[in-house]
Amino acid sequence: MAGIPHDHYEPKSNGEKWLHSRLPVFGLLYDTLMIPTPKNLNWMWIWGIVLTFCLALQIITGIVLAMHYTPHVDEAFASIEHIMRNVNGGYMLRYLHMNGASLFFVAVYAHIFRGLYYGSYKAPREITWIIGMLIYLLMMATAFMGYVLPWGQMSFWGATVITGLFGAIPFVGESLQTLLLGGPAVDNATLNRFFSLHYLLPFVIAGLVIVHIWAFHTTGNNNPTGVEVRRASKEEAEKDTLPFWPYFVIKDLFALAVILTVFFAIVGFMPNYLGHPDNYIEANPLATPAHIVPEWYFLPFYAILRAFTPDVWIVMFADFISGGIIKSDFFGVLAMFGAIAVMALVPWLDTSKVRSGRYRPMFKWWFALLVIDFFVLMWVGAMPAEEPFNTIALIAATYWFVYFLVILPLLGVIEKPIAEPETIEADFDRKTGGAKSATPAE
Amino acid sequence: MKVITNTILSAALALGLGSAAQAAGGPSGHVDNVDFSFDGPFGGYDVNQLQRGLQIYTEVCAACHGLEYVALRTLADDSGPHLPEDQVREYAKQFEVFDAELDDFREATPVDHFPASNLENAPDLSLMAKKRAGFHGPYGLGINQFFKGMGGPEYITALLTGYTGEEKTQAGVTLYENTIMPGGWISMAPPLDDELVEFEDGHANDLQHLAEDVSAFLMWTAEPKLGARKQAGFAGVVLLTLLSVLLYLTNKKLWAPVKYGRKD
Repeated sequence: MAGIPHDHYEPKSNGEKWLHSRLPVFGLLYDTLMIPTPKNLNWMWIWGIVLTFCLALQIITGIVLAMHYTPHVDEAFASIEHIMRNVNGGYMLRYLHMNGASLFFVAVYAHIFRGLYYGSYKAPREITWIIGMLIYLLMMATAFMGYVLPWGQMSFWGATVITGLFGAIPFVGESLQTLLLGGPAVDNATLNRFFSLHYLLPFVIAGLVIVHIWAFHTTGNNNPTGVEVRRASKEEAEKDTLPFWPYFVIKDLFALAVILTVFFAIVGFMPNYLGHPDNYIEANPLATPAHIVPEWYFLPFYAILRAFTPDVWIVMFADFISGGIIKSDFFGVLAMFGAIAVMALVPWLDTSKVRSGRYRPMFKWWFALLVIDFFVLMWVGAMPAEEPFNTIALIAATYWFVYFLVILPLLGVIEKPIAEPETIEADFDRKTGGAKSATPAE
Repeated sequence: MKVITNTILSAALALGLGSAAQAAGGPSGHVDNVDFSFDGPFGGYDVNQLQRGLQIYTEVCAACHGLEYVALRTLADDSGPHLPEDQVREYAKQFEVFDAELDDFREATPVDHFPASNLENAPDLSLMAKKRAGFHGPYGLGINQFFKGMGGPEYITALLTGYTGEEKTQAGVTLYENTIMPGGWISMAPPLDDELVEFEDGHANDLQHLAEDVSAFLMWTAEPKLGARKQAGFAGVVLLTLLSVLLYLTNKKLWAPVKYGRKD
């Protein structure tokens, strides 16, 4: 698919021409900032900017924190207290970094569910979607390793539980776990490699973000109608789009400012609300906390991990058919990664020709149920592993898979979509009254 | 669209963020709220209360417990107990610290930290007010936490006043019944009692007052930068609100010609 036709950068002064013929960096900046953007984008299209901001915030605060942090089991916990007490502004840096992770995940979940509702994953944006899923996986890895660094009780026991998952993989699991930990158990070697990787991965994410943006700047943004921008000529394209700068930059910055107001209220007034009090107890390999609960953003997938207990028939069936290779703990690991894998494969699982959920009357309800399902999983993930929570977790986890593997492929066949608007312009004008049919007195 | 946004946001707040905050090993008994001066977005420490708390800590708690992350010099901080510097120097002298350079013990000076715990089973108290959370989730929007804090100091107050007077001996260890302690029994003998500590200014020294004062002091040792943090948060909220309004107006003006074909 050809890009949306638009004006390109023209060097004017001699200096600009000199540079442009050698390194067209201003051309790149201009084309990136002035990209034609569907003018009907709604407020769910602001999360990209929020996410970019979060990445920058985490990298900047993280680099300064790393200047004062000591990755050693004897000193890590004390060095965090040193940051909180003695480093100028250290308490603010750390609380921003801690809560910044939460904001990052609020934004990424909103961003992902927006994509799922408006069909942003569908052709020709599959690559954008897949790269997004890779970024999400790396975010989870980074957040998990970052949480280990303060070396509190939850850091230690969270690391023990999660690295234990890899040990559940048949044949290679034990060696994989040892490699991951740098030894038989979570110890100094683990802390050191997690620190190293926690510093590295954000830059890998930054690289993938550039590719993510590159990909959707090639295909153009999706929009709430799912109808493509007309791109036969520049004039036609201009009826459907506006340049990113200033229209969407200002809109996105406004949304970011509102979100950051709430963020600063949390950082300033209740910075430990989303955290876990046990993590202010230094790691003690001899004392297991009563409940090991991951951070909120891992809870939905943690619930899926725990949902498939040995007494579930499908787990027993898998155990039997695989000759005992797939035990329930390995089944849980497969389910957890599978839950993300089916989401990554959604461009090929969704058979509907209509892109946006807005014009899919049946899809809407199943999607709403998926959103509810996600929050149910999040809630049940924080509950102890006992009845009735086990049953709720199993039902909720099952729906997650049914949505992607059964409902989406079927809906495309049986659903009768309602009419989409002809053009983005038509949708935009219907909403606003439109520039041409303007009624000056409003 | 709005429906989705609202669903996601309100559900995130109501369920997700709330359930994240679920406390592990939370208190078994009910923890009552105490109106501490440092509660709420504008609350700060009460210097007099911190000084009383320091006195209680020194006369009672320090016999067994330590404050290994707290530097003695911080007792002079404006946002802390705000002792004059010569008093801090005097105060420090009562502790002995090991000096690696001398390879011997010496009197502590303000640059040293409080000593660590004397007894192995007496936990360090530096962070106790953040290690425990009296009313920490799992449900709700965090309004309680916003106005009343996480309940750490309330937990300490409740524990100190939660003894029933019952005791039992188990494997040669005396245990004391306490309604707040998970499991109901604690190996610490009731440390405070009415009029156990006398204040120079004659401030009330019944058990509840003593417990609250020492809890406030321990909140300070856990979060000495609380005041500065709240100020920074407030400045952030005010400036960002202002920025939001300006950006809202800019955005409105920018889009008006596109949306309505006129210039606002």
